[in-house]
Amino acid sequence: MTGYIFRRILQAIPVFLGTTFLIYFMVFAMPGDPIVALFGDKTPNPAVVAQLRAQYHLDQPFIVQYLIYLGGIFRGDFGLSFSGEPVTAILARTFPVTARLAILALLFETFFGILVGLVSGLRKGKLFDASSLAVSLILISLPIFVIAFVGQYVFGVWLGWARTTVSSGAPLQDLVLPALVLASVSFAQIVRLTRASVIETSGLDFVRTAYSKGLSSRRVIPVHILRNSLIPVVTYLATDFGVLLVGATITEGIFNVPGVGNTLYQAIIRGEGPTVVSFVTVMVLIYLVVNILVDLFYGLLDPRIRYVK
Amino acid sequence: MKINRLGIAAIALAAVGALTLSGCAGGGAATPTASSNAKAIITTNGSEPQNPLVPTNINEVGGGKIVDAVFAGLVYYDEKGAPINDVADSIKSDDNKTFTIKIKSGLKFTNDEPVTSSSFVDAWQYGALLSNAQLGSYFFENIEGFSYDEDSPLTGLKVVDDTTFTVTLTDALSDFPLRLGYSAFYPLPAAAFKDIAAFGENPIGNGPYMLAAKGAWKHNEKIDLVVNPAYDGGRKAKNGGLSIIFYANQGAAYSDLLANNLDVLDAIPDSAYGTYEKDLGDRAVNQPSAVFQSFTIPARLPHFDGEEGKLRRAAISMAINREEITKIIFSGTRTPASDFTSPVIDGWSDKLKGADMLKFNAKQAKKLWAEADAISPWSGSFQIAYNADGGHQGWVDAAMNGIKNTLGIDASGAPYPTFKEARTLITDRTIQTAFRTGWQADYPGLFNFLGPIYATKASSNDGDYSNPKFDALLKKGSTESDLAAANKDFQAAQEILLQDLPAIPLWYANVTGGFGTSVQNVKFGWNSVPIYNEITKG
Repeated sequence: MTGYIFRRILQAIPVFLGTTFLIYFMVFAMPGDPIVALFGDKTPNPAVVAQLRAQYHLDQPFIVQYLIYLGGIFRGDFGLSFSGEPVTAILARTFPVTARLAILALLFETFFGILVGLVSGLRKGKLFDASSLAVSLILISLPIFVIAFVGQYVFGVWLGWARTTVSSGAPLQDLVLPALVLASVSFAQIVRLTRASVIETSGLDFVRTAYSKGLSSRRVIPVHILRNSLIPVVTYLATDFGVLLVGATITEGIFNVPGVGNTLYQAIIRGEGPTVVSFVTVMVLIYLVVNILVDLFYGLLDPRIRYVK
Repeated sequence: MKINRLGIAAIALAAVGALTLSGCAGGGAATPTASSNAKAIITTNGSEPQNPLVPTNINEVGGGKIVDAVFAGLVYYDEKGAPINDVADSIKSDDNKTFTIKIKSGLKFTNDEPVTSSSFVDAWQYGALLSNAQLGSYFFENIEGFSYDEDSPLTGLKVVDDTTFTVTLTDALSDFPLRLGYSAFYPLPAAAFKDIAAFGENPIGNGPYMLAAKGAWKHNEKIDLVVNPAYDGGRKAKNGGLSIIFYANQGAAYSDLLANNLDVLDAIPDSAYGTYEKDLGDRAVNQPSAVFQSFTIPARLPHFDGEEGKLRRAAISMAINREEITKIIFSGTRTPASDFTSPVIDGWSDKLKGADMLKFNAKQAKKLWAEADAISPWSGSFQIAYNADGGHQGWVDAAMNGIKNTLGIDASGAPYPTFKEARTLITDRTIQTAFRTGWQADYPGLFNFLGPIYATKASSNDGDYSNPKFDALLKKGSTESDLAAANKDFQAAQEILLQDLPAIPLWYANVTGGFGTSVQNVKFGWNSVPIYNEITKG
């Protein structure tokens, strides 16, 4: 087990180097000069531009810029944004906000998704099943910004039950509405995944055996059916958690959440190399860790899965 | 110029928002109470400053709004854009070249440092020095000693005593005193130069407001300002402070206004153009501002030079129906242009000779285009380059359709994905089409709309326009001793522009905004920013 984890972490190192290099190259290759854009519609004096370029090492060839950046990372220095703020400070400020939002959304979608999916699967073809399928179809087909705008208008402006945008410090109660919006699409996916998986598992031999041994459905459903149906759901949740953590740009924009997606979007538009690369690097790390955790979690769900040294 | 980049936020999304929002308007309106509360905090929209809060390094509205509240310069501008002495006691000159500036005595920064003539001179020296790479350094380029090539002190600045200093310019500039209200000319306390980075996070000013506490700037969230009790100028606050909330997306700010989470909004999102006047009633604001929008046709493009070029430019200008586009595409939030400046600027006129060039006239356009064809037949297509991240597609397509239908030529928009890509091609002169241009005034003067853009070799002369007659009139205006006489010269200079049309004027962007039910006395200044110190709440 520890050997397995160790190997996975070793594998992560080249992935880390490769992604930072690729992302840095892509930001570098983006057309347009970010320094010129700093001046808006006004044309800056070339000497001032040259001075600023030197300040952000933009006058160096690509590989030198990359090595300067990489060298900084190992000293814990992720560079500066154009507003003079260390990128580490931006990371430390935005990730907790997005993490809170992501966890909240994940809790909503997991709880309601699995519950509804399980009931649907067990009552296949009944009214509840049909209506839950219809609702999930609607949620999947609606673009998330429509759900966000409608949610914001109905609950924020019209009914006044929630704040229209997230206030400073991103308190938990303000995050409920955006989290529900974020959870809605995944909720629908989880309902469908759980339902299909439950239907499949219910027809398997060991379930029949369990029932014929005289076990009650109170025991068979959670322990035999649900637990064995959860593998595809967990895989989905893991990817989804990654997606949520690296920022729900659109939803964060609509609800003005000072999180990762919002900040990264602005940095890309401005061409702030260090900010973009650092954010993406942290995202890659999160994906790697989440993936390792999921692989380990499979073993808990299905005893047949074992990790060899 | 102050750049407003909020418009970049997802326009496509916003359009859908309009559909969902337009259905139901109104909601419960709170009953306003009679007495206002002098301690009340006004909440308003802003955007995360893109640079540290050092006045000489601010060139966009996000940071500009904050430094204007935290600092007091020699003069400030009233609602109409007229300069009124703030820290200055008097600004005098005999020749518009050497200015003697006297400041009021006994004024203090919020760290109890006195505001002296050195506070100004040192701040300007800092802002002008090449190696400090300040975005606003060009404001000092007219002061003797300024250099873009090396670090050189401004020899034109001399401290006479604690309350007097003199400024010597390289050439006469009649509107120099008018410029002094811009943020680049604000004073700095000596404490700033000890650690400019720390100062940029927690600026210490002398203005009507000050930071509520150290660290009041919560990045990407908001900044809290409270009243500076020591400030005693003409902008004394009638409320308890400002809470400027940063929005990455105007739609979110608008929703907050509708839900009464926000008191004052100075930018209505495009998506709500059709509905905001109904949503807000008499709390909606829509008035012209100091923003001029145009597109520039460089003379180096084939067919656009000399006599042929003049005819083609005039024909294209007359083929665009500005009235219709501003009404339909912009729902009346733009005002058709009748010159190269802005109606909020003293000296603006819609009766300039040649202003009919900017009116839709299909017959005349066809005639002029045919005359140009007689000189050299037209070939190829006419294109306008624009940045696709700024919500420009609508008007570009409409204008191009107008040109296509009227002149019978192939015309289309040429979108570039990002602002920075388009700007880079424009500044390095590699762009091979006409391109979108815009100008937001730094200070309320006609010269600011003309000199930096159309004077020969001027910094923002992206179309490389040059006309000695125009240059001479600008120069004449700059040396006049009286602003009214100067404005006459600038108007005459514009009449030359109307013949040459180096850029085709389109319209003036209006400031669109609104305010909540609990605030009163909300007025917008000449620069599109609400006059915050006058607002009362209660």
